[in-house]
Amino acid sequence: MTAPVATRGTLPLGGFNLTALRLEVRRVLRNRRTLMFVLVFPSMFYLLFSGTARKSPGGAASLAYLMINMAVYGAMVGTTAGGTAVAVERSLGWSRQLRLTPLRPAAYVAMKILTAMTLGLIAVVAEFSVAALTGVRVGADVWLLAGLGAWLGSLVFAAFGLFMGFLLPSENVMQFVGPVLAIMAMFGGLFIPVEMLPAGMRAVVVWSPVYGVAQIARAPLVGGLTVAAVVSLALWTVVFGAGAMALFRRDTARV
Amino acid sequence: MLAVDLKKLTKRYGLVTAVNDLSLAIESGEIVAFLGPNGAGKTTTIDMLLGLARPDAGTVQVYGRSPADAIAHGEISAVMQSGGLLKDFTVAETVAYTASLHVAPRPVAEVLDRAGIAKIATRRVGQCSGGEQQRLRFALALLSSPRLLVLDEPTTGMDVETRRDFWRSIREDAAQGRTVMFATHYLDEADAYADRIVLIRQGSIVADGTAAEVKGLASGRQVRATLPGGETDVLRGLPGVTGVDAQGDSVTVHCTDSDLVARHLLTQTAARDLEVTSSNLEAAFVALTADDRPESGSAR
Repeated sequence: MTAPVATRGTLPLGGFNLTALRLEVRRVLRNRRTLMFVLVFPSMFYLLFSGTARKSPGGAASLAYLMINMAVYGAMVGTTAGGTAVAVERSLGWSRQLRLTPLRPAAYVAMKILTAMTLGLIAVVAEFSVAALTGVRVGADVWLLAGLGAWLGSLVFAAFGLFMGFLLPSENVMQFVGPVLAIMAMFGGLFIPVEMLPAGMRAVVVWSPVYGVAQIARAPLVGGLTVAAVVSLALWTVVFGAGAMALFRRDTARV
Repeated sequence: MLAVDLKKLTKRYGLVTAVNDLSLAIESGEIVAFLGPNGAGKTTTIDMLLGLARPDAGTVQVYGRSPADAIAHGEISAVMQSGGLLKDFTVAETVAYTASLHVAPRPVAEVLDRAGIAKIATRRVGQCSGGEQQRLRFALALLSSPRLLVLDEPTTGMDVETRRDFWRSIREDAAQGRTVMFATHYLDEADAYADRIVLIRQGSIVADGTAAEVKGLASGRQVRATLPGGETDVLRGLPGVTGVDAQGDSVTVHCTDSDLVARHLLTQTAARDLEVTSSNLEAAFVALTADDRPESGSAR
């Protein structure tokens, strides 16, 4: 057994490390409910709607369009769930335990974001795999760029999840956030095209984060990417990120 | 250098003063028990010591550093009262995760072994008993080989044998120079394992010394007897009597001169079944921390 050490340094990167990140991801993947929402539901919706899409005038392109929408849906649920994990950790007192280690708060948040993004990536890859296995054929550039768009665009939802996680100290925060996501997805054009919404409503939803991510993810397939979509998405990411940061500072005010 | 140096700490929550002008100095290598009734300010004081709460007045230093700085350097470790564990990590994962956040942590296997949880390393935390979770918290606290170990009600939920094992490892570690400060409501634990006992009441220290010294503070002895008719006024008037408790025919006299009280009871009254006991820590605790503590005890 080692005697207490006399002097010691602090951690590099404020405690950010790959061992912790690996364990975090493994833990998240152990949550059956999260996996249902991130992997099973989007694929199920895809398979459910694929018959209609195949018969539509767009044909194969409609199927790919549906696939990208569902990948965005899976990624947004995954990254949000990853972000809201901080609520569970706060309510269980784990965050408090971590504050007794040399881990710096910023490093903790960075690991949370990367865990959320990993979950988002898994969602996109899973959805694309199911689609590829059931006959979607697009160019390599579309696979890659649409996938990257759906995945990286979902950073806004990692920030949103963190924001909600710091706002609501509850173990069941996803029970509240889940339905909010479903509504956002519905009106953001993932399940029904925004063109089918009344004009007044459409004018609002085109500025929603879901619409922004979907626009970017579908652009490699159908084009039509607008500056407005990109700008609004960036703004939402900054707003949720700043909100999460403010709540987080309040949460971890130190002596 | 002092291990812990609290100077004139005050912490208020609204109108309630949780900690009131509290000063405490702990030398390196001491094992100090922090005792007090619920709401006395133990946890608030520990929170300020760990940098989890900001004092309204006063200063905190741990080995010459601020709490945050001491934690960043791995000087302090703490086992908190409850919570603080994720149910969907296994025992080993919890330790490995925390180890990755420390400078030069002790090997995970060694710490699991030391805390007596090597056999349940692959069990989910959510499936562990209260005592097993408490051992896991202990394992986490040992990871950084801290110079100051703070334990808040560390043995809550442990069975007797586990408690004994736990304290054996704590004492072994302390023998190597580690400073240990623990809050507990098990008086026998404070008595058996602490070099020094600090009693806190309403946010202030009311007694500070070895177990023997603290017991001595709560004056002397008790004489218990069966006294039909229960005439206690005369007993209260005897020299050295600090309090009289009467319950039916049974009377307990708290006093500094038990011989005098015993002689009076046996010669001047119909008292029988006489028993003389010296104060234990529990009596001292009650006497020193009772909310309506008058300078001399009173009849209930």
